[in-house]
Amino acid sequence: MLQALLLQAGYNAALVSIGAALLGAAAGGAGAFLTLRRRALMSDAMAHATLPGIGLGFLVMVAFGGEGRFLPGLMLGAALSAGLGLLCVQRLTRRLPEDAATGAVLASFYGFGIVLLTVVQGVGLGRPAGLETVLLGSTAGMLRADALVIAFGGAVVLVALWALRRPLAMVAFDPGHAVLSGIHPARMDAALMGLVLAVVLVGLNVTGLILIVALLVTPAVTARLWMHTVPGVALLAAMIGAACGYVGAAVSASVPDMPTGPVIVLLVASAFGVSLAARGHHG
Amino acid sequence: MAEFLALSLPPMLIASLAALACALPGTFLLLSRRAMLGDAMSHVVLPGIVAGFLVTGSASGLVMGAGALAAAGLSALMIEVVTTRARMEPGAAMAVVFTAMFALGVVLLEVTGTGAIHLDVEHALYGNLESLIWLQATGLASLTDPQALAGLPHELIRLAVIAALIATALALFWRPLVATTFDATFARTSGIPTRLVMAGLTAATALAAVAAFQAVGSILTISMLICPPATARLLTRTLPAQIALSCVFALIAANAGYVLAGYAPGWLGLSFTVSASGMIATVAGLMLAVAALRPSQARPAPL
Repeated sequence: MLQALLLQAGYNAALVSIGAALLGAAAGGAGAFLTLRRRALMSDAMAHATLPGIGLGFLVMVAFGGEGRFLPGLMLGAALSAGLGLLCVQRLTRRLPEDAATGAVLASFYGFGIVLLTVVQGVGLGRPAGLETVLLGSTAGMLRADALVIAFGGAVVLVALWALRRPLAMVAFDPGHAVLSGIHPARMDAALMGLVLAVVLVGLNVTGLILIVALLVTPAVTARLWMHTVPGVALLAAMIGAACGYVGAAVSASVPDMPTGPVIVLLVASAFGVSLAARGHHG
Repeated sequence: MAEFLALSLPPMLIASLAALACALPGTFLLLSRRAMLGDAMSHVVLPGIVAGFLVTGSASGLVMGAGALAAAGLSALMIEVVTTRARMEPGAAMAVVFTAMFALGVVLLEVTGTGAIHLDVEHALYGNLESLIWLQATGLASLTDPQALAGLPHELIRLAVIAALIATALALFWRPLVATTFDATFARTSGIPTRLVMAGLTAATALAAVAAFQAVGSILTISMLICPPATARLLTRTLPAQIALSCVFALIAANAGYVLAGYAPGWLGLSFTVSASGMIATVAGLMLAVAALRPSQARPAPL
């Protein structure tokens, strides 16, 4: 395991560890702003809403004669259906509490996605084997191409977060004051949702759609126990996310039968548990 | 007829009962702004189910149900502790707890090798409604034949008991429950133990989630806890109408979804069936979409 931690366990394992660290950092940073805007569970709805897009993307690619497992095609479908899910949540929120709107979209899109996955199985064309890894992430060794997509996606989100850090922090801290400084909170929220969507899409390959919400929320709320400024929370959350992603990937590469995503989630949850015991309010 | 009794009637009844057991507490969760509790509950049961199996070595429904209930209770407690100790909104607290528990369940499954032999995460997520069949049914006479009735799937009886329990509890605690849901401060000052009432609602949700989860999978559970009550909320203005309508919508979704999953691909000339749980959730979502798109004169009145 020491070998894996020191990036000596082979090129692929090193690539996966670095990719998971970048993804963890991006998710932690984006999650800090997301939880400050009190929309933690929105990311859960988004993640579940990717499933119909993945199923449809597969079917469309098979209909055009492909094998169906072309990652960019599947990601495009996932992005479109998650975006549609987000629009549905916003439309429903006009007449229902936000948490009910979130849950309703999550359940309905997820259900339809499972219907489509059974259609994919029933049609029996293309190479659907392993399509269900989007639920729980890849448990076995990851392909080099997948690891590159993850590392690249994580890096892009990190750069965008860095560029937008000031307006995002102002909107998170005080939307009213942000308007006075010439920032549109609605536009910043849309940008934040775009970044969260990017994290979800990249994270699908690592943790799967059920657990990606942990990478966004848990480091952020852990950081909030230690830090009291918006940039401080975002920075510490990114560091926690990166460390857990890195160690989790190394552990799962060196211990047999350890699934990558769940191990990373358990690591961030432990960090939260320790922080809560040390810094939580009593009584 | 015999084929319908054997293959279609039990899953349709089970789906209907699961839908009712979830839609009843769902209305109160919706009104007290805790709709996502169902999502959390239907994920946290996984480590309980695995641990129940590992400790006793038995895959019986009762052992796993007990493990699942224990996990649900523990998680409800943890969500409460996290919410107060970390001064965090309930949504984020739920996300932290349910992902940790679910990840623990998956790791337990993989490390112990249980996943390959006895339990299947995907089965738990999708449910396996189609496999709950009644082999002893030979015709209408079977409905009155005790020997044949004994062969009904256990899930059917368990869900019937739990749905009845939840309905009875709602009727018994109607007044404190309604008072706590609508105005917790007023309820407290008039001597109602609001924390106890809310804990009871959480327990009912956990019970419904565990029973439904074992029979029909987590997706149907989440959907039935939220969608039918939300649809009814858009169309009604009084609480009794809200509850009645959400039960009606739950039943329609369960049965229409089951029939569509079994027969709609055939109408399109395809020779396979699709996931019944998934289709039921889809139908429930479409019903909500229709209700939400219906032009409304005003915002729904506060009940």
